[in-house]
Amino acid sequence: MGAIGDAFTWLATGANWQGESGVWNRLAEHLYFSGVCLLLSCLIALPVALWLGHLGRGGALAVNLSNVGRAIPTLAVLILLTLTPLGKQGDLPTVIALVLFAVPPLLTNAYIGMREVDRAVVEAARGMGMSGRQVFVRVELPLAYPLVMTGLRSAAVQVVATATLAAMAGEGGLGRIITAGFNTYNTPQVVAGALLVAALALLVEGVLVAADRLLDPRRRGAARRATA
Amino acid sequence: MSGRSCLTANDWICGEYVRSRGQELADATVQHVWITVVSVVIGLLIAFPLALLARGRDGRRSRFAGPVLGLTTVLYTVPSLAMFSLLLPVFGLSAAVVVTGLVLYSLTVLVRNILAGLEAVPAEAREAALGMGYGRGRLLWEVELPLALPALLAGVRIATVSTVALTTVGAIVGYGGLGTLIVDGLDSLFRAQVLTASVICVLLAVVADLLLLGLQRALTPWTRAPGRRTPRIRTGRPSVRTTRIAKAG
Repeated sequence: MGAIGDAFTWLATGANWQGESGVWNRLAEHLYFSGVCLLLSCLIALPVALWLGHLGRGGALAVNLSNVGRAIPTLAVLILLTLTPLGKQGDLPTVIALVLFAVPPLLTNAYIGMREVDRAVVEAARGMGMSGRQVFVRVELPLAYPLVMTGLRSAAVQVVATATLAAMAGEGGLGRIITAGFNTYNTPQVVAGALLVAALALLVEGVLVAADRLLDPRRRGAARRATA
Repeated sequence: MSGRSCLTANDWICGEYVRSRGQELADATVQHVWITVVSVVIGLLIAFPLALLARGRDGRRSRFAGPVLGLTTVLYTVPSLAMFSLLLPVFGLSAAVVVTGLVLYSLTVLVRNILAGLEAVPAEAREAALGMGYGRGRLLWEVELPLALPALLAGVRIATVSTVALTTVGAIVGYGGLGTLIVDGLDSLFRAQVLTASVICVLLAVVADLLLLGLQRALTPWTRAPGRRTPRIRTGRPSVRTTRIAKAG
C-alpha cells in the first residue's frame, strides 16, 4: 500500500500538475487526441456500416475486420508508423493509429446492429408504404441503436488506451507521465500516471453508459444492454 | 557486401538482419510464446471456477454473476500500459507483472464464454443425467463440460489472439517478448528490427488461432458433422457479443 500512498503524494503535489509535462497539459493532449480521433472514426465508420447494413452487403468484411484488428498489436503499428516518413509529420502517426483501431468496433457493431433488426419489422414498415429512407431513419436506426452505442463505447475505450500507448512511441498524452516515470525510476510517478489513465478510461466508459441510457430512443434498453 | 548495405541503409526488409540476429529474434519469440501460454492457461484455471460461481448450483445465474461479470469488465477497461504500471509496485520489474495483467484481461472473455456455454446446456440433458444418478461432479465433467466446450474454446481463441498482441506492451517492464525488440528498434531507429518483430508477432497470433481451431475441431467433431441430428450448442448472446470486443492497447 506504500506505493499507492506515494502515488497519491505525487498527485497531491501541485508542481506535478503544472508546465508542459504536467498533468493538466498531458490530460489536455490526451482528451484532444482522443476526441478528434473518435470523431474522425465515427465519420468514417458509421456511414459505411449503416449503409452496408441497410443494403445487407459486405457482412464478411464488417465482421472479420474486428477479428483482424485483435491480432494486430497496437504498439507495433504506432512504432512502425513513427518510423515511416509519416513520422516526420508531427502527430499524424498517432492520429492514424488511433483511427485505425477505433474503426473496427464501430463498424462491426453498427453493421451487426442493422442486420439484427427483425426482418419482419422491416417488411411491415415497407408494407405500410415507408420509403427506403423512412425505413432506415424510423425503423432500422432506432432498433440498431443499442449496438451502435456498444460499438461507440468499445471504440472510445480503445482510443483512450491507444492514446496512452502513443507515449511509448514518443507522443504526448497521459501515458507520457508513466513512461517518464519509468525512465527516471520514479515508481510513485508511474503509479500516479497509471491511476490517472485508469480513472480516465473508467470515466469515459461511465459517461457513455449514462449517455446511452439517457438517449436510448426506446428508453427501455436496460435488458438489451446487459451484455456489452 | 550487399547484405551489409541493407543494414547500413536501414532498409525495412533485411535478410542480413534475420541472419545476424536470428538468436535474438528466436529468444524474443520464445519469451513471447511462454508469456502468452502461461497467461492463458492461468486465466483458464481462474475463469473456470469463476464461471461456475457465477452460474450457481441450480444452473441459473447466482447472485455472484453480477459482481463477477462487472469486475472483469472493469478490469478490461483499464488500458494495458496503466495495468502493467499499477502492478509494478506489487511484483517489481519482472515477468509476473506482464503475466498477471494478461491473466486479468483474459478473464473477461473466458468467464463470459464459459458461462454462456454452461448456460446453453439443455435442461433436459442435465435432468436426464441427474435422473440416471449422476452426481454433481460427474454431471459437470461428463455432460456439461463437453457440451460447453465449443463456447469455451471460442473464448480461448479470442483470449489467446488478444494476449499475443497485448504481450508487446510488456516491453515497458522489459518482458514484452517481440515487443521489447520493437521498442528497442524505435530507440535505435532500426527499421528491419521493428518490421521483422511486428510481422512475427502477427504470425504468432494467426498460427495460435489456427492451432486452436484445429484443437476445437478435434475435440468437438459433432459441431461440424453434416446431415446428422447433432446436439447443437448455441454460444448464446453474451458470448457472441463478447467476441466483438477487441482488446488492444
